[in-house]
Amino acid sequence: MTSAGSGLTLLQTCVLSLLVFTGASQFALVGALAAGGNPFTAAAGAFFLGVRNAFYGLRLSQVLALPRGIRPLAAQWVIDETTAVTLAQPTRRSARIGFTVTGLTLYVLWNLTTLLGALGAKALGDTGAWGLDAAGPAVFLALLAPMLKTTTERAVAALAVLLGLGLLPLLPAGVPVLAAALAAPAVLCLEGRRRANDAREDAREDARDDARDVVRDDVREEDR
Amino acid sequence: MNIWIAVAVTALGCYAVKLAGLLVPAGALERPLVKRLAALLPVALLAALTAQQTFADGHTLVLDARAAGLAAAAVALVLRAPFLLVVAAAVLVTAAVRAMGG
Repeated sequence: MTSAGSGLTLLQTCVLSLLVFTGASQFALVGALAAGGNPFTAAAGAFFLGVRNAFYGLRLSQVLALPRGIRPLAAQWVIDETTAVTLAQPTRRSARIGFTVTGLTLYVLWNLTTLLGALGAKALGDTGAWGLDAAGPAVFLALLAPMLKTTTERAVAALAVLLGLGLLPLLPAGVPVLAAALAAPAVLCLEGRRRANDAREDAREDARDDARDVVRDDVREEDR
Repeated sequence: MNIWIAVAVTALGCYAVKLAGLLVPAGALERPLVKRLAALLPVALLAALTAQQTFADGHTLVLDARAAGLAAAAVALVLRAPFLLVVAAAVLVTAAVRAMGG
């Protein structure tokens, strides 16, 4: 629905859902194109959001143990929801059934709602007047919220917001989001350094304790 | 034409990473740092996208009805509302604020 509001044709909107089939990437692509981004920077942002599916695939291939021939077919359904359902199953049989049922239902529903949404948006005309332009950020926020579990994730999100908004007036459309992605390695790097510092401090304290013990032992020796 | 290029590149890229996950032998991507980075990348991208689509108008930052809509979505999320309700809250509040001339 949002995509039809941002200049994509009905056909483009539906092909996007059929071929990409990973919600966050689709919304990101549409948003970047609507903002006037170049197609490659727009696609790059969408691609980085899709990278997490590779890690889902890793977990899934261990659980499902699919024959090689089926993997290219199954791959399209490797997304957040199918992974969550499949990994929650107790046996390989139920995991395979869970993956297939969830994948098929979501694929059909997602593409149907895309078609209906695009038709509906066309009928509505100006999507902005109806507040539909707020649907995009709300979707992102809903996807983001469950990920903000620890301080690290919150720090990454905060830094990304600062970078994304701060660079917006300076860089061409679509690029600030890519720059904001650097928040992830930046925070990881800081975290790693802090951990190393803590470890060093612990070591220093241990050394001090050891030294004290030695002194104490010496005193005891003298007492004797 | 540009849109078709973007759609094609995204479709190929997203399919490739999905397939790669299924084909690559376990262990190749199992390094803790790589896993952490892959988990944090979507956090950064989603946060930046949320902020931009709420406060950006072209190359300028603005505070308009969308901010109220996003706040409503945030409240709905805190109340553990289902996904569709969260989005509906944002849309309705944005439309309401606009109707009131905000």
